[in-house]
Amino acid sequence: MGALIVYLAYMGLQLFVVDHVSPLTFLFSSNFAPDEKHPGALVFIIGSVTITLFAICVGGPLGVAVGIFLSLLAPKRLAGAMKPAIEILVGIPSVVYGWLGLTLLVPLVREHAGSQTGFGLLTAGIVLSIMILPTVVSLSEDALRAVPVALQEGSMSLGATRWQTIWNVLLPAARGGLTVAVILGIARAIGEALAVQMVIGNSAVLPKGLLAPTAALTTEIVTDMGSAQEGTVLFHSLFSMALLLLLIAMALIFAVRLALRRSA
Amino acid sequence: MITMMSMPAPPDGVLPETAPKMRVENLNVYYGKLQAIKNASLRVPKNRVTALIGPSGCGKSTFVRALNRMHDLNPSVRVEGVVTLDDEDIYAPGVDPVAVRHRIGMVFQRPNPFPKSIFDNVVYGLRIHGARGRRHLMELAERSLRHAALWDEVKDRLNHSALELSGGQQQRLCIARVVAVEPEVIVMDEPASALDPIATSKIEDLIGELKKDYTVVIVTHSMQQAARISDYTAFFLMGDLIETGKTRDIFFKPTDKRTEDYITGRYG
Repeated sequence: MGALIVYLAYMGLQLFVVDHVSPLTFLFSSNFAPDEKHPGALVFIIGSVTITLFAICVGGPLGVAVGIFLSLLAPKRLAGAMKPAIEILVGIPSVVYGWLGLTLLVPLVREHAGSQTGFGLLTAGIVLSIMILPTVVSLSEDALRAVPVALQEGSMSLGATRWQTIWNVLLPAARGGLTVAVILGIARAIGEALAVQMVIGNSAVLPKGLLAPTAALTTEIVTDMGSAQEGTVLFHSLFSMALLLLLIAMALIFAVRLALRRSA
Repeated sequence: MITMMSMPAPPDGVLPETAPKMRVENLNVYYGKLQAIKNASLRVPKNRVTALIGPSGCGKSTFVRALNRMHDLNPSVRVEGVVTLDDEDIYAPGVDPVAVRHRIGMVFQRPNPFPKSIFDNVVYGLRIHGARGRRHLMELAERSLRHAALWDEVKDRLNHSALELSGGQQQRLCIARVVAVEPEVIVMDEPASALDPIATSKIEDLIGELKKDYTVVIVTHSMQQAARISDYTAFFLMGDLIETGKTRDIFFKPTDKRTEDYITGRYG
């Protein structure tokens, strides 16, 4: 694992050390022209961060909410039937989510959201939200079930309602497990390439809104990896993007941990 | 006459009789098809300590959980019969179980403080019921902690986690938490069973104090404890409420052979 990170860092820094591309160009230019020694990756960075944040903001709370429902409110039978179903959903290959996004969601967005093509940030964000949902649901359900019943009884016996108990006792008590649920959701979202590539539109231009087609770090790596010759600027910039993906994922995870610790 | 050499004398039976705070009539409780309480009836006198005794698994805990509608949390439990608080049936249609639990507090077998600070634990119920203001809450917290004989031990570390306290302190914290919301009845389900003898005696002293302001129902598997702290005793055996009466009568002149057998140690 450590060796992998060291290798990625070594290869990812070639672009700046060997090719003498300024990191500022890489991070803040939206013009991706590696042939002209100007590999600006801003478009992809914005794409990746936007769809990941979208997925966390939609899939995270929704997933935790379903987890609350299944662990605390649903009749035993329903919860018992849902548990294996959701675990199966966790294991569905991402290409299936991408395919459903392509065939169901893209036409839907095209016709109802006023987008010309249906491809873009919004569609990719929705696909990712749905994709991380089973992971977040399953893990948050487990986290809430692990809270001792005695705490719930203690709260209810003081005249708290069920909602007061969930909000004031159970969620705080399960905070650690819920953090893990959201973090693994983030990890799945930011790293997803295939399903996103199928619906984001893959054009290396700055998006003018959620409906515009664009690209993400992962999708750009997938798109260009076939044509990247070893040692070229393009080759090195793809490594830099991979390194950046790793750093963004680490930063997001750190931010979530910090946010949840603050709220304690 | 039964010999009672090892038994401490029960409290002097001079306390005047009081009106019943709660009445239980023909209570039946089922776990699925299994009947755990069979047609039990009991009066719980106001400002007195009523102890429920009996061997393990006899239904004592099941019985007291029916007193504050805790069984509502478990859909597989069915409760039949009448339980009144101040002559109003708490199981009548339209009665809010949350309001019932506000008036009838509960202390559990194992201390169950919330994973929060000592202060936040004590004022939890107050906040739930709308109390606000740090200063106001602090006053109420101090009063409740004093009431539970815990103030001197925790006053310098109210912001520490409640989980840092010893088991006995945690249990007194749970009592303070209940006292804070000023219920009318406090139900205790073997509150000292997980505690050492010193912590146990502190809880017992506390119960004697609590009955000045509250009506107390306590489940115990220790006959000595029942004899030391209770005014009234009810004896359960395998889901049946066998006998109920003044503690001194139950211990010194039980009318039922089975009670006598239990008191003299012929059951486990």
